[in-house]
Amino acid sequence: MQPRTSEKICGMGHSMKRKEDARFLQGKGNYVDDVKLPGMLYMDIVRSPFAYAKIKSINTEAALAIPGVLAVITGETLAQYNLHWMPTLMSDTQMVLPTDTVMYQSQEVAAVIATSRYIAADGVEAVEVEYEPMQAMVTPFQSMEPGAPVLRTDKEGKTDNLAWHWEHGDREATDKAFASADVVVREKMHIPRIHVASIETCGCVADFDPVEGKLTVYMTTQAPHAVRTVLALVAGHVGLSEEKIRIISPDIGGGFGGKVPVYPGYVVAIAASVVIGKPVKWIEDRSENLQADSFARDYHMDCELAATNEGKIQALRIKTVADYGYTDAAANPSKFPAGLFSICTGSYDMDTAFTEMDAVYTNKPPGGVAYRCSFRVTEAVHAIERMVDVLAQKLQKDPAQLRFNNFIQPEQFPYQSPMGWEYDSGNYPAALQKAMDIVGYEELRREQAEKRARGEFMGIGISSFTEIVGAGPSKHFDILGIKMFDSCELRIHPTGKAIARFGTKSQGQGHETTYAQIIAEELGIPALHVEVEEGDTDTAPYGLGTYASRSTPTAGAAAAKAARKVRNKARKIAAYLLEVSEEDLEWEPGVFTVKGAPDKSTTIQDIAFAAYTNHPQGMEAGLEAVHYYDPPNLTFPFGSYICVVDIDKGTGEIKIRRFVAVDDCGNIINPMIVQGQVHGGLTQGLAPAMYESLIYDEEGNILNGTFMDYLLPTAVETPNWETAHTITPSPHHPLGAKGVGESATVGAPPAIVNAVVDALSPLGVTHLEIPMTPPQIWEILNAHGVAE
Amino acid sequence: MIPAPFDYHTPSSLDEALSLLQEYGYEAKILTGGQSLLPMMKLRLAEPEHIIDLNGIPGLAYIREEDGHVKIGALTREAEMEESALIRAKLPILHDTGKLIADPQVRNLGTLGGNLAHGDPGNDHPATMLALGARVVAIGPNGQRAIPVTEFFVDFYTTALEPEEILTEIQIPLPPPGSGGAYLKLERKVGDYATAGVAAQVTIDATGRCTEAGIGLTNVSYVPVKATDAEARLRGSTLSEVDLNEAAGLAAAASRPSSDLRGSEEYKRAMVRVLTKRALQRAIARARG
Amino acid sequence: MATRTVSITVNGETHTRDVEPRLLLVHFLRENLDLTGTHIGCDTSNCGACTVLLDGKSIKSCTLLAVQAHGKAVTTIEGVAQGGQLHPLQEGFKEKHGLQCGFCTPGMVMRAVELLDKNPDPTEDDIRWGISGNLCRCTGYVNIVKAIQYAAEKMQAEEAVEA
Repeated sequence: MQPRTSEKICGMGHSMKRKEDARFLQGKGNYVDDVKLPGMLYMDIVRSPFAYAKIKSINTEAALAIPGVLAVITGETLAQYNLHWMPTLMSDTQMVLPTDTVMYQSQEVAAVIATSRYIAADGVEAVEVEYEPMQAMVTPFQSMEPGAPVLRTDKEGKTDNLAWHWEHGDREATDKAFASADVVVREKMHIPRIHVASIETCGCVADFDPVEGKLTVYMTTQAPHAVRTVLALVAGHVGLSEEKIRIISPDIGGGFGGKVPVYPGYVVAIAASVVIGKPVKWIEDRSENLQADSFARDYHMDCELAATNEGKIQALRIKTVADYGYTDAAANPSKFPAGLFSICTGSYDMDTAFTEMDAVYTNKPPGGVAYRCSFRVTEAVHAIERMVDVLAQKLQKDPAQLRFNNFIQPEQFPYQSPMGWEYDSGNYPAALQKAMDIVGYEELRREQAEKRARGEFMGIGISSFTEIVGAGPSKHFDILGIKMFDSCELRIHPTGKAIARFGTKSQGQGHETTYAQIIAEELGIPALHVEVEEGDTDTAPYGLGTYASRSTPTAGAAAAKAARKVRNKARKIAAYLLEVSEEDLEWEPGVFTVKGAPDKSTTIQDIAFAAYTNHPQGMEAGLEAVHYYDPPNLTFPFGSYICVVDIDKGTGEIKIRRFVAVDDCGNIINPMIVQGQVHGGLTQGLAPAMYESLIYDEEGNILNGTFMDYLLPTAVETPNWETAHTITPSPHHPLGAKGVGESATVGAPPAIVNAVVDALSPLGVTHLEIPMTPPQIWEILNAHGVAE
Repeated sequence: MIPAPFDYHTPSSLDEALSLLQEYGYEAKILTGGQSLLPMMKLRLAEPEHIIDLNGIPGLAYIREEDGHVKIGALTREAEMEESALIRAKLPILHDTGKLIADPQVRNLGTLGGNLAHGDPGNDHPATMLALGARVVAIGPNGQRAIPVTEFFVDFYTTALEPEEILTEIQIPLPPPGSGGAYLKLERKVGDYATAGVAAQVTIDATGRCTEAGIGLTNVSYVPVKATDAEARLRGSTLSEVDLNEAAGLAAAASRPSSDLRGSEEYKRAMVRVLTKRALQRAIARARG
Repeated sequence: MATRTVSITVNGETHTRDVEPRLLLVHFLRENLDLTGTHIGCDTSNCGACTVLLDGKSIKSCTLLAVQAHGKAVTTIEGVAQGGQLHPLQEGFKEKHGLQCGFCTPGMVMRAVELLDKNPDPTEDDIRWGISGNLCRCTGYVNIVKAIQYAAEKMQAEEAVEA
């Protein structure tokens, strides 16, 4: 797509270099651990070595005897203020600090406040806690067994470990379709527990000013406004009122969903600051981050697909058991306990579908957040993209052809899915064809046939996913009742420069650049002249934050709308300056010209100056606008990925030879940034497919709670991603754009699994659980007597 | 993650270091590269009262050819070995090994002496030193002694070093003409400890017969393993496919792996077999130039 | 436990402080000298966010005691740009979009400084192995590789001009 604006203005379509880079490249970023306030104290946390235990006693004497240790906070301390429990974003409840029982290993038990980080760590080691361990329940199936001990005894009348049951779709029609189908395929699959592991861990500096009665919290949060409101609601009874709470989300070192929840550490640090009257810093270690912060996924899915003998998909049925740990601390919209899992019919036109889910409590850390994913979409896409391949294998059809035969066709959009979604736009065959052309699909299939004849294992895997992002329309989407709009407040200065503030918060996505480009596109003010600010609740307009690929669909749209409001006023001023009527003016980015008189024009800069110095009488002075954008629908980005793998018959190692990703996120604001988002997303798709999972033993001990064993891919494991795109604009977004930050994380894993299954299909393999590891592959090769 | 407090000593001579060791005994830990010790101290898995930093002692970092040996000072950094033309030319197996240890930053600090003295069966150099028939030199209150590496690794994280001894030098006999070696490591991702690692060194005479073979195994037992049966099987052979297969099988039989996150016992044993054969193939190719 | 006096030259300036022997170099830089560009991302020497140069060699400053750096020269990300001019690597990371959240970036750049110092004309493979001790969660590494290639080309061209 050719940009409409000049290089100087740098509106949409320009690969503008990022405005935020200068500070990051020179060590001048301002992350939360860089905040240093006078008199600041440090907090460190005592954590449970057991997954499930009664606390018999906590002895703080030795810790308090260490010079520099000022206080040890326990659940009993917080209970005095009724702050020992807090609500989760899913209206469940969670301990801040326990008074009697710990429910997962590494749960917060007590907090030490000291004059330095080092002394706080010494204090933690000196706190003596006596536990009475109990038998932990580590899988949801254990928890669901009849007679299993009830974990949530804090919930009155609770008699089992079921958090909730959810159903969606047409059960009756689906069961009927399955009963009469020619072909039914079925696979059970587990999407393991994984962790976002942003390179910056979580933390905060809580700074309560006892004189002003004002609390300022610098905090690693993706949603500062929501945090402020939640704090006001839960701590109102101790005198924290919303206007006296300021949340500042400084530079964030990666979020991926892990920085949406409110963790106990934040709350304890805030409580400590309020009680002591000094700033308190709390920064997690990596092991604390991996072991206690919200996990993602942990879905046990039983998937079935019904089809005709010719390969026409008719119905989908999925039953899921979801392990939520000890509380539902996910961050889904209120009406969607299972997030947007109901996108599970994917890119395929089928008659009916039904899904149900049991969410279960276990003795594992709470969570259920995303891992670079829009509310459980990854699980849904994994299910459908795997099942389509399972069906192709069963019918001995080419998986590409089977997809073409079942795709929702371009002319069917807007498309009503059997699960009730209205897909806004798409052209699925075009994206898959493009990916096949780039990778050389037919040639690869020929090569594969030759290799198979020689006993070699090479595989080609496809994933043609549909995402659902940009929550969302306020009719359906809220978090704790707060509607999921987002906002932009735009102010043009007299010299024609601008500042724009947003309710979202970048964690690396490049908002300072892309939002400026949107405003440049709409107003013709060079993007370099547009300052973008986010993250300070005292100055930014209210918004629900950045996650679930929602920033461009919501706040990006708000930026366009606010700019258009400004442009409307600018037109009035231009008409006044040029002494013509508004209808006589033509708009080119940055300039109003009188129709038919190209020499009579005025620039947006001139107009801005006039807005403060020479505005029409009777008109309000100034040039600014605020817009709260409530999207009419979600956006449905999509793509087709093709992965080519070779298997080492000796070791079981999987070598990704090529990976081609064709994405479609509608109109593109900054192609360079979109490509960067896809690269990163692909790598976070590779990671769970082949490397990452949190592993617990039967006692609930985590076995890989550090970066030594929780395996983030390095540059060596990561292939040289090949990317391309098609463009199918969103019909309802003001810029025709869709979200893209998470598409690749969602779409990549099934492409990789499909490739490896394809490689091993001559051995009768129909499914592989992730992460697919060399030992797992070797065992299959060995069992068939084909290992080297 | 903060280490517990300790006292820090910077001896400027080996004598001074030895007397500090005698004074503090088990309460002291020697610091050279620190790339294994410091993470353990940060996790408070190790809380030594005294740290004796040897980095201020001159003359402990060198790589030289002398008396038919390559002699390497205990404080020689991995990075220095990686860049050594002598090692690249004469001991390609050692070059292979170094490149697969941790990552470049860790190799800028990590030392050969530390890698051996730590006694970790997951470390890579022990297998290579076993394959090469090296010996280590240690100095203690009673003077200096040479210990063949075959006698050096006595138990899990335990070496033949006395608590009051310091490892000062590694001596590797120069392989005769017609020699070649290779180190192969299967790892979950780059920089990881080995799922299994195999060091193989062979010498081939003019008739194509194997006159000497050394095979060492990484992380497949509680100590580094020297696969002596496999070595014996190769000596005198013509290194045929059958010879390699049988030797690989014997190496696998010599391993005593345990199941863990890196794989099952069965898998690891199979990997020793696969890697042994591949390492031998590469070693033979190098020996034949 | 007794403190020790250390003198460490950081980015050309010598700083003398009394420190606990257990103080890690990364905390010395961040907290004693307020040089917060060097980051901490793990406890186990895996992530490389804390990479700095010690006498020109890249090391992980979370796995070195400040007392070990006594008498030595440390370069941090704050000392890479010279005279207001970005280093070719800093320029490359910006031009090639080699950073997103920016948290791993200082360590990545510091590692790459030594990589290019030792190997001015690296292959893609050399670069990928050369940065294998630095984890990035945002970029997928492709553009980091390109950023380092950009700097290598620029630095070689500059050297050719000087020659």
